[in-house]
Amino acid sequence: MNISSLMPAFVFEQWNLVPGYIQDLLIITLQIVFISICVILAVAFTTYFERKVIGYMQGRLGPNRVGPKGLGQPFADVIKLLIKEVVVPSKSNRFLFVIAPLLSLVPALATWAVIPLTDGFVIADINAGLLYVLALTSVGVYGVLLAGWSTNSKYAFLGAMRSAAQIVAYEIAMGFALVGVLMAGGSLNLGEIIASQSGGFSNWFIIPLFPLFVVYFVSGVAETNRAPFDVAEGESEIVAGFHVEYSGVAFAVFFLAEYANIILIAALTSIFFLAGWSSPFEGWTILGSESFLREPSFFWLALKICFFIFVFFWIRATFPRYRYDQIMRLGWKIFIPVTIVWIAVEGLMAWMKVGPWAI
Amino acid sequence: MFQTILFYVFSSILLVAALGVIFSKNPVHSIMFLVGAFFQSAVLWLLIEAEFLAIVLVLVYVGAVMVLFLFVVMMLDINVEEAKSSIAKYTPFGLLIAGLMIVELMQVIKLRSANQTLQGFSINPPDYSNTESLGSVLYTEHVYAFEIASVILLLAIVAAITLTMRKRPGLKVQDIAKQVAVDPKDRLKIIKMKSETES
Repeated sequence: MNISSLMPAFVFEQWNLVPGYIQDLLIITLQIVFISICVILAVAFTTYFERKVIGYMQGRLGPNRVGPKGLGQPFADVIKLLIKEVVVPSKSNRFLFVIAPLLSLVPALATWAVIPLTDGFVIADINAGLLYVLALTSVGVYGVLLAGWSTNSKYAFLGAMRSAAQIVAYEIAMGFALVGVLMAGGSLNLGEIIASQSGGFSNWFIIPLFPLFVVYFVSGVAETNRAPFDVAEGESEIVAGFHVEYSGVAFAVFFLAEYANIILIAALTSIFFLAGWSSPFEGWTILGSESFLREPSFFWLALKICFFIFVFFWIRATFPRYRYDQIMRLGWKIFIPVTIVWIAVEGLMAWMKVGPWAI
Repeated sequence: MFQTILFYVFSSILLVAALGVIFSKNPVHSIMFLVGAFFQSAVLWLLIEAEFLAIVLVLVYVGAVMVLFLFVVMMLDINVEEAKSSIAKYTPFGLLIAGLMIVELMQVIKLRSANQTLQGFSINPPDYSNTESLGSVLYTEHVYAFEIASVILLLAIVAAITLTMRKRPGLKVQDIAKQVAVDPKDRLKIIKMKSETES
């Protein structure tokens, strides 16, 4: 269990010679590298997972040629994309064209800084964690917008416009849903929000805040430009939308950002409404006194994230694409009123001391 | 010491970005410089431990206001040369306003710093939380002003949405509720029949 007992003593002596702030810097840098690599690997296998899930839903097998059960497929795809040529359109705005994929990837990775993976492991345990999450997810739209504009193509431009209007609309509903979460959790710190839901399944916010949960998750699907909200890249109308001229690595970065955002939304939904790393069976004495199932652990968070990722793909395989005016109607005329009403209901619940406010 | 170095680095980037907003020829580049300037000011706020203000600045200005700016500017086809020709006409006026603002700022800074010595960065106790202290002031001392402002803003959203709810007579639109409530049984008739095989 304890890794430090495996290290020889001289490693510790050398480590203690290093000044304190450099130690902190090294630890934080290693944590960031570790999380980034984990997210990127998770993205690779999420693409495999998506193709398998949709394959089975459509009565196909999905990828099964590269490696055992097709598990080598993501790596084959990555190598293919890496050795392709990157074509920059001659009339495009070169600098913005190259930087746009990075602008969409950076916020998707940077948000992981405040996400508590287990009880105690979080890179930056900041007080305004929820606000930080909201701020960074709203910055991600710049990548799509700039990609569409700098390509200097009408198709890409239309995709960018659609995406911007859609993200701005759904961000408001998302923000309102999070207002409900922070009212119930009583804190902006993600760790404390999880802690306030401890005590098993019945204390999770999904029960008192069910409408907000639905609004948040659907807005999350819309924010990541996934089907059925993927009008920004609607193949049937505007070819591929904002990334129509991107090829090779530049396209791979967009792809990476999209899937990193899916995993992020899945993680955030499980933290805000399903209590993140805590166990659903907390306090169940039936499971014995020393049961793994009752302990809060990373396993639970991973399970919840996988479930929500599966729901993303399930939705994609089930629903046809929304028409653009219907997207706007859903965002502005249904989700925002629902969230506002439910915040009022929550105020009433807090006043009557029911649900998470019962003492 | 370290914080002072950081302060100068971030402020110089802020100044460069602010100059870029004015001097870049392409309006989209101007907007990206402005986004950079907002980020740098947010970082400066973080340096004085005002993390709530910093994150809200990014959330509101970078995440919402500038996106709409970019949205509009991208669709405009601005003739840069034409806009350039009128700069000379407005220069004295612009300089006048800039000078006025500088004088005002100097006055405020002088007034504020008259009866206190200059302080370093970490003037707050270690367990200080900017979010909490802001909240405790907003919800006690300024609760009425705060609530009235938020209700007005909410009203603005509701009003804007209500404006789109208008119904023009004689307009042919789809009834979305009807479209959603369609039952396959009303449109599709499945008939059982024998498959036709050869011979």
